Amino acid sequence: MSILVLADHAAGALQPSTARVVTAARQIGGDVVLLVAGQNCAAVAREASAIDGVARVLLADADALAHQLPEALAALIAELAPDYDAILGSSGLVAKRCLPRVAALLDVMQVSEIIAVVAPDTFRRPTYAGNAIETVQSTDSKRVLTVRTTAFAPAGAGASAPIETISPGPSGDTRSSFVGRSSTGSDRIELGSARRVVSGGRGLGSRESFDKLVYPLADKLQAAVGASRAAVDAGYVPSDCQVGQTGKVVAPELYLALGISGAIQHLAGMQDSKVIVAINKDPDAPIFSIADYGLAQDLFEAVPELIAKIG
Amino acid sequence: MKALVGVKWVLDFSVKVRLKSDGTGADLAGARMSMNPFDEIALEQAIRLKEAGAVDEIVVVSVGPRPAADILRRALAMGADRAVLVRSDAPVEPLGVAKALKSLVERDGAGLVLLGKQAIDDDNNQTGQMLAALLGWPQATYAAELAVEGNVATVTCESDDGLETVRLTLPAVVTADLRLNTPRHISLPNIMKAKNKPLEEIAPEALNVDLRPRLKVLRTDEPAKRRAGVMVASVDELLDKLRGEAKVI
Ligand SMILES: Cc1cc2nc3c(=O)[nH]c(=O)nc-3n(C[C@H](O)[C@H](O)[C@H](O)COP(=O)(O)OP(=O)(O)OC[C@H]3O[C@@H](n4cnc5c(N)ncnc54)[C@H](O)[C@@H]3O)c2cc1C
Repeated sequence: MSILVLADHAAGALQPSTARVVTAARQIGGDVVLLVAGQNCAAVAREASAIDGVARVLLADADALAHQLPEALAALIAELAPDYDAILGSSGLVAKRCLPRVAALLDVMQVSEIIAVVAPDTFRRPTYAGNAIETVQSTDSKRVLTVRTTAFAPAGAGASAPIETISPGPSGDTRSSFVGRSSTGSDRIELGSARRVVSGGRGLGSRESFDKLVYPLADKLQAAVGASRAAVDAGYVPSDCQVGQTGKVVAPELYLALGISGAIQHLAGMQDSKVIVAINKDPDAPIFSIADYGLAQDLFEAVPELIAKIG
Repeated sequence: MKALVGVKWVLDFSVKVRLKSDGTGADLAGARMSMNPFDEIALEQAIRLKEAGAVDEIVVVSVGPRPAADILRRALAMGADRAVLVRSDAPVEPLGVAKALKSLVERDGAGLVLLGKQAIDDDNNQTGQMLAALLGWPQATYAAELAVEGNVATVTCESDDGLETVRLTLPAVVTADLRLNTPRHISLPNIMKAKNKPLEEIAPEALNVDLRPRLKVLRTDEPAKRRAGVMVASVDELLDKLRGEAKVI
């Protein structure tokens, strides 16, 4: 069995999700080969070669793969596919937009966002915003999978796998071109991999309150900042802060929900957190039914007190 | 230019799914069903493009059982020109749906296909990408803004840490994210008018597509339940618990 894992990287650095996908690949079993594809990503390949359990790193470095646009990347992976029994990627943007394209080129039905490997062809995955967990068996001869990275621990980093430079595949698709990127990229802790998350909802009432209460509390706790869809739609925070079924899925050690009611679409993104704390002035808010610690109080009183009392 | 929009008939977003106790899946009997919210956004975008003169006909397609015709009528009332139901009584997978849509694109022609980024029942997030691959077209996923000028679509997409803009030469597939637009309400006169718009029902065989699933769902379970938590009376008590009991701060 041979498994190809698409490495996640951005701005010249390997992303921590990759080591988690490698864990899923090792649970399937077989030789794990990492693909680092992009432009000027040799340093990423060196970083990737240290992940435990990786047999080889393939480096495809080409202008046509800049920005990892799905058309060129999928064509490359489809070219490599005959050598592999399974192709895996993370639940991040690059894999999410590219791997279904690969699956269709190979006439394979992808299994999205697996949370457990039951057997090499059988996986568990959430559906209905996490309210149903399906156990699915693939009947295709090859498997294409995306991995919900919060469900797998990262593989260690002590190896030094060989790096092999490969040809970058078919030339880029000129019908798709990159125009620009606006990253909200602050120096804040990254939401997807944070150990603590402080999230705010519509209960904050305004962007000013969000700025005045959520960010300082997150700073005190060295936490990432998240939000409900309502908070994003109201313009309190940028959309990449959204936690939920259609936003980011997080599973930190501590998740603090401030003024969030607890709609199923929000719970889908945070219910696997280790400890959940909810502050909401409505004692009947559904968020309390999944919170380990609930405080039914006005957040405009509770949060300043919290900020003051945390060391 | 003709736009094709795909819509899925799903359990309404406000309803929590009920599972059958024998592990065989969701119990949808009598449940409120509606148009997948992301598909409604995709349709709204197509209608706005038509109002702006960039699109001249909107064909709306659903692959599903006969009651899915309800959301097609809704789509016609919103502003689609005609509807196609590719009849499948068994559950369908993105790969099968993408094949059916491809076949319709080839039959009827289309310069732009608009779909929702994911269906809120199976949460797969695949159909648009698969369709683009099958057609050999470029794609833009998770669209937050879409502008069409001539044969070029400029699409700003939600990314993991902000927004990314791509330019596509049409024909192309675009999938809609939540913030692309807010779908319009349907007026009574439009519901009446929609009754005269064509709704075609077609068997997958007539499109030469095989919708049989490739994944076998062995069972469907409830997620692990969280143990019931406690309510605390004050910030002090909360901090006590977080420090002493949970040891997370
Ligand atoms: C297709 C689809 C996808 C969706 N995806 C997501 C998603 O990914 N993520 C997501 O979060 N949502 C998502 N939603 C939206 C979701 O259904 C809810 O509308 C949303 O989560 C509500 O956000 P909220 O809890 O901040 O707002 P509300 O539901 O309005 O709740 C606000 C809460 O704040 C409390 N409050 C108000 N004032 C105070 C105060 N002074 N002190 C303390 N508490 C206060 C209120 O009691 C209330 O419980 C989606 C919806 C759809 C249809």
